[in-house]
Amino acid sequence: MPADTPIADFDRHAEIKQALSDVEHEPGAKKPDPILVADNVVRRFGGLTAVDVDHVEVQRGAITALIGPNGAGKTTFFNLLTGFDRPDTGSWHFNDKSVSGVPAYKVARRGMVRTFQLTKVLSRLTVIENMRLGATEQRGEQLVSCMIPGLWRTQEKANTERADALLERFKLDAKREDFAGSLSGGQRKLLEMARALMVDPELVMLDEPMAGVNPALKQSLLGHVKSLRGDGKTVLFVEHDMDMVRDISDWVVVMAQGRIIAEGPPTAIMGDQRVIDAYLGAHHDAPMTQEEEERQLAEVAEAIEAELGEPGTTSEETSS
Amino acid sequence: MDVIESALRQGLGADAIIFALAAIGLNVHFGYTGLLNFGQAGFMAMAGYGLAATVSTFGLPFFVGILVGLGATVVFALLLGVPTLRLRADYLAIVTIAAAEIVRLTVGSVTLKDWFGGRDGLQAFTGTFRDLNPFSERTGFGWLTYRAYDAWVILVGWGLVVLRCLIVWALMRSPWGRVLKSIREDEDAVRSLGKNVYGYKMQSLIIGGLIGSLAGFMTALRQAATNPDDYFTEVTFFAYTVLILGGAARVLGPVVGSILFWFLINLLGGFFTWATRGDDPLMPTWLMTSNQASLVRFIIMGLALMLLMIYRPQGILGDRKELALDAR
Amino acid sequence: MRVRISAFLALLMGVLFVAGTALPASAAAPSQATSMASAPDELAIRGTLIDTTDRDNPEPVEGVTVTVTDSDDNEVGTATSDAEGVFSVPVPGNGKYVVEIDTDTLPDGTFLRNTEDVNKEVNVLGFSSTVQFQIGPDNRDTTSTAERAVELFTSGLLFGLILALASLGLSLIFGTTGLTNFAHGELVTFGALAAYAMNVNGGLPLVLAALLAVLLSALFGWLQDTGFWRPLRNRGTGVIAMMIVTIGMSIFLRYLYQYIFGGDTHTYSSYVTQSSLTIGPISVFPKDLVSAAIAVVVLVLVSLALAKTRIGKATRAVSDNTALSASTGIDVDRVISVVWIVGTGLAGLAGVLLGLSQQVEFQMGFKILLLVFAAVVLGGLGTIWGAMLGSVIVGILIEMSTLFIPAELKYVGALVVLIAVLLFRPQGILGRAQRVG
Repeated sequence: MPADTPIADFDRHAEIKQALSDVEHEPGAKKPDPILVADNVVRRFGGLTAVDVDHVEVQRGAITALIGPNGAGKTTFFNLLTGFDRPDTGSWHFNDKSVSGVPAYKVARRGMVRTFQLTKVLSRLTVIENMRLGATEQRGEQLVSCMIPGLWRTQEKANTERADALLERFKLDAKREDFAGSLSGGQRKLLEMARALMVDPELVMLDEPMAGVNPALKQSLLGHVKSLRGDGKTVLFVEHDMDMVRDISDWVVVMAQGRIIAEGPPTAIMGDQRVIDAYLGAHHDAPMTQEEEERQLAEVAEAIEAELGEPGTTSEETSS
Repeated sequence: MDVIESALRQGLGADAIIFALAAIGLNVHFGYTGLLNFGQAGFMAMAGYGLAATVSTFGLPFFVGILVGLGATVVFALLLGVPTLRLRADYLAIVTIAAAEIVRLTVGSVTLKDWFGGRDGLQAFTGTFRDLNPFSERTGFGWLTYRAYDAWVILVGWGLVVLRCLIVWALMRSPWGRVLKSIREDEDAVRSLGKNVYGYKMQSLIIGGLIGSLAGFMTALRQAATNPDDYFTEVTFFAYTVLILGGAARVLGPVVGSILFWFLINLLGGFFTWATRGDDPLMPTWLMTSNQASLVRFIIMGLALMLLMIYRPQGILGDRKELALDAR
Repeated sequence: MRVRISAFLALLMGVLFVAGTALPASAAAPSQATSMASAPDELAIRGTLIDTTDRDNPEPVEGVTVTVTDSDDNEVGTATSDAEGVFSVPVPGNGKYVVEIDTDTLPDGTFLRNTEDVNKEVNVLGFSSTVQFQIGPDNRDTTSTAERAVELFTSGLLFGLILALASLGLSLIFGTTGLTNFAHGELVTFGALAAYAMNVNGGLPLVLAALLAVLLSALFGWLQDTGFWRPLRNRGTGVIAMMIVTIGMSIFLRYLYQYIFGGDTHTYSSYVTQSSLTIGPISVFPKDLVSAAIAVVVLVLVSLALAKTRIGKATRAVSDNTALSASTGIDVDRVISVVWIVGTGLAGLAGVLLGLSQQVEFQMGFKILLLVFAAVVLGGLGTIWGAMLGSVIVGILIEMSTLFIPAELKYVGALVVLIAVLLFRPQGILGRAQRVG
């Protein structure tokens, strides 16, 4: 729905195209105005190296896509950057300030907010309560002052107005009082994106925003992502849907087996031999024979050997 | 009729108060924040023994004892929270249940008998509380009467229950309560929105623990004695049954649950005792003896906890809309 | 599905009731630990008279008369010690009592250690109390610290091996289903009670009874999974809700056991007392040696099966990533079913052996549950080798710690270690560090 895209975005889009036109089409290329810079980020799971990124920069104000075959380490890299996982080595800077080793909630407060591949809406809270939670620096969230409604009523009202405006923009206003758990997959994605905007971030990191969204909603979701660029926000997203990548991204970073293998604008990337090889090499759709199954089982068992039993939250995945 | 009258008396008596308070605390932990505290008995013991030892062993005033009990509870919450609140839910469950056992075994030990009285427990710490009692004789309405001291305990107890319910109500309608409920739903989502999840969990653990500590004080006061076995692990599990029966994440859930729980437990106990009494009891002795009669209610309770959790996790006061969400 | 769960519970209750009513001996007084829950039950003062003249071979003293009087000097009752040296005098209620031993009834050659110890004061407070009279010369401190250390190490190792059987079961079930089973202790008790019932009430030789008990435990595990846990998993019940369900099951089973077998401790009909064997500096009972050997063999066999066999590898794959395993064609439900069978079988065996080295009672499993947790967390939750290593460490630690701390606090020591481990190395000894915070 182009109506969702403000006119401002067209100007910005051109501006960013211009800025990125001189950037080399090589992994780790320098950008004119990077908002996020990562160096030597390595994450191993047992013997398996999930992420091994030498250098990467994300251009301010641009929509950057992070693509790659399954198991390339895209989500793990996301988790590392946002403080949801800890790397074995590595450092990264957001707005020239180090955010490596900073806890996830502080990363979010600095203006780097993410969404999740498996949408994390708060099922037993209403849509509007989900939105209100996103607002930062709420006085009513402090233990002492929360007991005195007079101290937070005004702020709550302002937050609610902002939330209502966002809900309207994302076409969720009709669902305002429903439990978030009753929303469809696509609506959940929208809610999660809208909620992330309540934090008022500079960099929005979307983990597979199109996964599980029905085609009818896809166009409007695309429009919403583009409109973020119009708002002056930087977007970094992980995606499998190549049409989406081609359609909206200004720059594409390709990961395979934990490394960044290619970078460039979408048109250049689609024809890159390294990218085609990476995608083809990762396919195994042929039916398995008995021996192959045995061998795969043995491989899995071996991987487990090093990896058996991990405490801590299980929400992180080693794959994709 | 006697059986029902007695069950009603228990349903409104000190046991119901103690478990209502313990379950209100668990409601903050489990119902609202999703923290699996299996050591509420430990929080209660810290308070009960904090009070009793301060007054009876060290000869300090009653209200100093109350402060010591509350302080001990906070320290206990911090000790448990620091290592476990960053880890998965089951770690907190295991550590809290272990910590509650550590407390019970320690206060009951011969080694520390001089301080905590070993298996005999502690007595003679209720003087001030007794002096404040406005009742001098049996008090109540109609047939529902209690002895003077019991009536005082019950009055103070229900007062505390009402106060705690008001506080929980005020907390949970605020943005602070919203953060707790969100943590229960998905803590990573809350973290991604810039909230210090660890800090909120710690606050929840301390507040729920402090409410549980009131249950500990009431346990000590109602019998005018502390005994390590009053803080056995099963106390926590009974409190969970109370909470789930009434309805978790409902302000009045624990109160309704507790009254109903003690009414039913005593009704069942009374019935089976009556049915197995005398030379020619109603129940054939090969099926049930009078000793076994006292156990049936606990068997039924375990069964009830299982079935409630499976078929009606929202309890009596559960929300219809939430029910629809859970029926996937 | 609803029908299936209810039917399972009804069946379970039915089976246990039939087993229970077939037993001649029924419920007796409750044990101390549940006094809070069962205060209205019968109170008694109990004791066991043992002649310790021969330290390695203590003899129960039979036929000694004991008299209990209340604080007003009224006689409450008398009792005579039986063949096991046990006496029990029921008392009407709480209060202070005096227990007097009639020294004239002591058999020839036996005497009280301290002649002035004829009277003992006992305070009964809501639960039955135990009183001790020392008989025979004082020969307790004749062993050196080094000897005691060796002795404690040996008994700790045995206890650790038994613990390892229980922990392995818990860890396997946790690994494949994510379920922290708080009713695992009751599965341990199940094995011991089944062996006891078949051995004492059924008259089977202990070895046969033990074997059948382990098989019954395995069957119990299979029934539980098929009739109860699998339907719950299929309807999408959350892990935390399941954990509370296990609490309910633990209470349900424990009181059902007490209902059927009573609150007393029991012993098997054979191998109760044995003279100890001396091997170098170590002196052990032959039954303990056999228990340890059985435990080691079973642990090695299960480890080998996990490492080498197809189902073992599949089990570890499911533990690692259930969704991935299912997509590579592993029948996850079958793996979980096998894990429940093996896990409860192991727990049952642990119970049988524990009943042999200690005694059988309705809450023996519940009492070691926390130690099992401590062992599993110490080794690393969900790691299979870690559970075994952790158990042996916990077992030895518990016994050896009595060199430095009072024996009554030895479990406290183990539990403190559990919390300390979580503070400094939450993934346990063999677990791998993952995201924290």
